[in-house]
Amino acid sequence: MTRAERAALTGAGLAAFFGAWMLAVAAGWTSPQFLPSPREVGATFVQLLGEPFAGSTLPAHLASSLGRFALGFGLAAAVGVPLGLGMGWFRWLDDVVTPVFEPLRFVAPLAWVPFAALWFGTGIGGPILVIFSGAFPPCVINAHRGAALVERRLVEAAQTLGASGLRVIGHVLLPGALPSIVAGLRISAGLAWQSLVGAELIVVSSGVGYVLVQGQSNLAPAVVMSAMAAVGLVGVAIDVALRAAERRVRRRWSPA
Amino acid sequence: MVAPPRPAPAANRRTWIGAGTLLALAAAWYLATTATGLVSPARFPSPADVFDAGWQIATAGYAGGRLAMQVWSSTRLVLLGFAVAVATGVPLGLLMGWSRRAEAFLNPAFLLVRPIPPLAWIPLAIVWFGLGDAAKVFVIWFAAFVPALINSYTGVRTLDPTLLAAARVHGASPRRLLLDVVVPGALPMIFTGLRLSLQASWTTLVAAELVGAFFGLGRVLMTASRDIYPGMIAVAMVWVGVMGAAMTRGLGLVEAAALPWRR
Repeated sequence: MTRAERAALTGAGLAAFFGAWMLAVAAGWTSPQFLPSPREVGATFVQLLGEPFAGSTLPAHLASSLGRFALGFGLAAAVGVPLGLGMGWFRWLDDVVTPVFEPLRFVAPLAWVPFAALWFGTGIGGPILVIFSGAFPPCVINAHRGAALVERRLVEAAQTLGASGLRVIGHVLLPGALPSIVAGLRISAGLAWQSLVGAELIVVSSGVGYVLVQGQSNLAPAVVMSAMAAVGLVGVAIDVALRAAERRVRRRWSPA
Repeated sequence: MVAPPRPAPAANRRTWIGAGTLLALAAAWYLATTATGLVSPARFPSPADVFDAGWQIATAGYAGGRLAMQVWSSTRLVLLGFAVAVATGVPLGLLMGWSRRAEAFLNPAFLLVRPIPPLAWIPLAIVWFGLGDAAKVFVIWFAAFVPALINSYTGVRTLDPTLLAAARVHGASPRRLLLDVVVPGALPMIFTGLRLSLQASWTTLVAAELVGAFFGLGRVLMTASRDIYPGMIAVAMVWVGVMGAAMTRGLGLVEAAALPWRR
């Protein structure tokens, strides 16, 4: 397949996607109440950027979502990574934590919503617990795996050469585990963003998830689809940023 | 890297420490909620509360039905949505892996839709299909479709080219090639995808039922939350976890049966 053929097929695929969409609208198979045209969604998106909907503009809603995301994700990383590393280095910690951690992993993050609301209210604390429960497991698991992957030989070599305990951690254990930790953080950020949207659908009164719900109850699918696009765009932006961080870490730390 | 097998005493020690931890937690739970009253029962249920709530939903029912009915209602939807997702995602993934033309044609639409998290489809599904089963199946389908497709695709793309060439040299027809080489070769990756799909299905269904449903464990959770009934919240969460684990285990058994050469 030549490059031109590939480009043509890609263009045809895009055209087919939007064409089918516009055809469905134009042919009147569905009412605009259910499926707005792509142009209408685009116009609504632009409009939401400037005009407030459900309390504020789309960028303001996104900012409040991102604030929650940063808090929940930061907390999960700050607790999860040290815990995972500790479990990798100290067998007893692993033995104590694993029987509690494993069963909890099977509880879907969104199932924490009722307790989150009961314990921390629906303002800022509740959603953060939900985000935390989504983002926490990959942090722990990857840090654990990373710590377990550090070669014993390297640690022993450092000790033989007289490195103190702190230096062994800072110069041997942490760098060895870092690539796995960063990979875990990327997975974790994706789950955090997804849990955030779920939590906002249910308990809060600002943020993109709230725009989704308000659009739904106003039967305004163009608003819902604009908010979905915003969720997707921010999710991609977060992933791109962490991917770049992962590449940097890999280049810096991976054994040449 | 494979860790060396742990000697038996260590494994034993592990079990003991694990059991000890769980016992200590149970004792702390009892002490904090019942014996000392340190934690108010309106915030965290006592063991007796949880037991009562479990008994109530199992016998008398809660939020519109008994436990067995609520669990079945959720499970049925997950299996339905998962089945539809597997039936569409796996063949499409295999096709995109097999034919670069199909990939070039289908990928753009997929790339546009993929970054949107499944949970963000819930409001649109409600606008389109209401609060009934159809909306749930649609959202689960979307959640499970993406990992099923991606992993099937990767499974085909990472096939050993030597195997394909060998089959071709020996005159395998395209049909034989597909059924005897491509699909079995991609099967381990396909199952990795199915595991992720199933997990996503369950998580998404719970969310969808929390947002709005007539039956199911998510509905039990939401009703208990509105009634401020911590015992019932805990029971519903335990069942969410149990069913999630049971489905993962069930799929593991299917995988072991489908990949006998891996055992």
